[in-house]
Amino acid sequence: MEIFSIYLTGVGGQGIGLLSEVLLRAADHAGHQVKGVDTHGLAQRGGIVVSRIRFGKAVYSPLTGGRSADLGISLERHEALRSLQTAVKEGGTMIYYDAVWQPLGVRLGAGGCADEAIIEAEGKSREIRVIRVLNPAVKDPRMQNMALLGEIDRNNLLPEIETEHIKEAMTDLMEGEMLEKNLRLFSTGKP
Amino acid sequence: MKKLGELLLTREPFSEIVMGNTALVRAMIEAGTRVVASYPGSPTPEIAAAIRSIPKEKRPFYFEFSTNEKVATELCYGAAVNGHLSTVFFKSVGLNVAADTFVQLGLMNIIGGMVVVLGDDPGVNSSQNEQDNRHYARLSYTPVLEPADPAEVYTFYKAAARLSQEKHMPVILRLTTHVCHAKQRVEFDRWSQEPPDNTPKFDPDNGPYIPIAKAVFPLKRRALQRLEEVRKWADESLLNRLTDNGNKSRGIITAGLPFLSLMESLREVCGEKPNILKLGVVHPIPKETIENFLADHQEVKILEELDDFLEKEIKSMAYDEGLDVRIIGKTDPEDWLEEYTPDKVYAVMQRTWPELLAPRSPDAKGKSEVSPRPAQLCPGCGHRSAFYAIKKALAETDITVADIGCHTLGFLPPYEMGQLLMCMGASPGMAAGLSLFNDSRRVVAFLGDSTFFHAGLPGIINSVFNRHNFTLILMENGTTAMTGHQPHAASGSNFNGPAEKIPVRQVLEGLGVRHIFEVDTYQQAKLTGMVKEAVETDGFSVVIARHPCMLKFMREQRKKPGYKSRQVDIDQEKCRRIQECIAEFGCPTFTQYPDGRIEVNPDLCIGDGSCIRTCPAEAIGIPHIAEEPVEG
Repeated sequence: MEIFSIYLTGVGGQGIGLLSEVLLRAADHAGHQVKGVDTHGLAQRGGIVVSRIRFGKAVYSPLTGGRSADLGISLERHEALRSLQTAVKEGGTMIYYDAVWQPLGVRLGAGGCADEAIIEAEGKSREIRVIRVLNPAVKDPRMQNMALLGEIDRNNLLPEIETEHIKEAMTDLMEGEMLEKNLRLFSTGKP
Repeated sequence: MKKLGELLLTREPFSEIVMGNTALVRAMIEAGTRVVASYPGSPTPEIAAAIRSIPKEKRPFYFEFSTNEKVATELCYGAAVNGHLSTVFFKSVGLNVAADTFVQLGLMNIIGGMVVVLGDDPGVNSSQNEQDNRHYARLSYTPVLEPADPAEVYTFYKAAARLSQEKHMPVILRLTTHVCHAKQRVEFDRWSQEPPDNTPKFDPDNGPYIPIAKAVFPLKRRALQRLEEVRKWADESLLNRLTDNGNKSRGIITAGLPFLSLMESLREVCGEKPNILKLGVVHPIPKETIENFLADHQEVKILEELDDFLEKEIKSMAYDEGLDVRIIGKTDPEDWLEEYTPDKVYAVMQRTWPELLAPRSPDAKGKSEVSPRPAQLCPGCGHRSAFYAIKKALAETDITVADIGCHTLGFLPPYEMGQLLMCMGASPGMAAGLSLFNDSRRVVAFLGDSTFFHAGLPGIINSVFNRHNFTLILMENGTTAMTGHQPHAASGSNFNGPAEKIPVRQVLEGLGVRHIFEVDTYQQAKLTGMVKEAVETDGFSVVIARHPCMLKFMREQRKKPGYKSRQVDIDQEKCRRIQECIAEFGCPTFTQYPDGRIEVNPDLCIGDGSCIRTCPAEAIGIPHIAEEPVEG
């Protein structure tokens, strides 16, 4: 593998930052050269948050180009659809947590609403494998990121990164009860 | 892993994954920086977040958020002429605010050294323009170093600090958004803390420090002479890097983040790769290095983000030296726009040398439409209640003037409050101008509380002094919310601890503002009434529309033991689908289902209840503790 690009997206407040940092550090623990970058201009105000992680033998820019990501990860369904259209390459994979944070246009009934079937069809049209994750046992929306991370690992979506590397990364970033809870959810899918 | 604060103070060499902004703070520590100041603005606030991670008593330097970028610059200059290495940092347009002071720095003998860290924003991620601050460097005879990634941020800062200390002149470290926010593993050196020397070393004999009339000429001569010395230094500097691909005909000169994008684009080269000269010193440009590079090639492309700064310098150098080389600069107006991402650079290089890279066809449209997601005010935001209420008080023909802050977002639907925007603190001045020869359209300006102190006061004073006729709505949320909740003069604390509040109302009263109204924005009907009264009042009036930032408030609440989340709910029996909550109040919490039913999104609602009185059908229920226990 020369280089692997991840395009991670969601809405400000969904916990993209932690998920991105875990992926970055997991790639590092696995011995890859890795670079990442978050774009968070107005994200805190309910806008789109984008994080990019690139790892492999020689990584120059942390930025990915349009439709070049090997793996798209989204914490929200409209952003999953947007990523499918703009960021993930043909033959790549898109995994998303099916949370719904409706954009204003959708709330106003102006169209552009995403659902499971639309996302599935969009993936098919460009030969992108789509994986939907929804875990009703996860009540705290701020834990959805770790529920998704568990599924990313169980589906072996991160080449040359082992489960242990992800756990090491989580241990770097969290401690105590918070670490335990997140590790449990990550490993078992149960909060 | 160690906590960030401990990590930054590690004595032994170490390596860690950090963002550019964090790497900068370690560089400040190793370089022996003593005084640092800023005003918050993207992409630089995380520099302050890294500084905050070091407990105040262990911090090897003084840091403050000043009231604006100009004051921060003056503070750092004062400290530096007293012998302390200082650093001021702020966003791109912050330099416009600081400019009156900044342009003088190059004339001065800055004995302690001073680094000016700029966070430029190509691509306009979070600014009102994408100005190229290298132009200020020419204007002020200031050297500029430009790193491409976090590892270079670290080494370039240390080089900038040394250069500044040696030459007693200011040095700019120019970062851009995705250099500040990029993350990678960085190797750090040892930190051998020297005992601080607190002797005030200011001596007028190191000057003159009074630039006035003819006294300026010797200072300007010295500034120009220093710049020539730096040009020679730049020629020997290891900050410039040559990538020799053995190409005899084609070369590329570039700098900063575009270099990384270029390296990505060249992965796809068909045939021989051009040689690359990456400049670390972009002003003054290293003469000999560039001349040699030009002489070695038949064609040289200048690949630079934003304006044609290097291109002009390099072309004039080639002209002076009579070099026979084709220099290709910007060839299309699009070359002046946006961030030089790998895609952008690919397109620019493909247009430059069409056979070098295969043309790419534009992406086909997606199969289905997806709604755009503009930024919006948070659930419970006091500004939402304010805009909702104020809109009801105004006529469609009235003119609303926005300012910088979270409340800028009021210009978006559904509120559409704010029809002009300029820069920090510009709204009172623009509103005053709009009120002249105007008896028919009332003028209302918005201003945030941090901006009130930053640059709003002169416009307010002018409105009192020159008896202007408009209403200013002061959106007081107690913090600098947009950039991550930094304290301001009315917050009750500064970066380093508690500080006496300077209440905005008392300031306004002291200035002689006669008509002051004040209300919590959740009292929407009262606010509507007050604004109606204010705009009918002759002269300058101020409405203080107050509510604490709920994002900050909720973060504090969630940390408290026994915290339980609260939510409102919708009584589906009472709901008549008027959609006031969605279409007029516009809280993102309200979700509309395909069948037209409206529900509350439990992931978003904070149970503040500011929506309750907006529902004409009284279908929104009072906040209750969430039924499901929340883990976390």
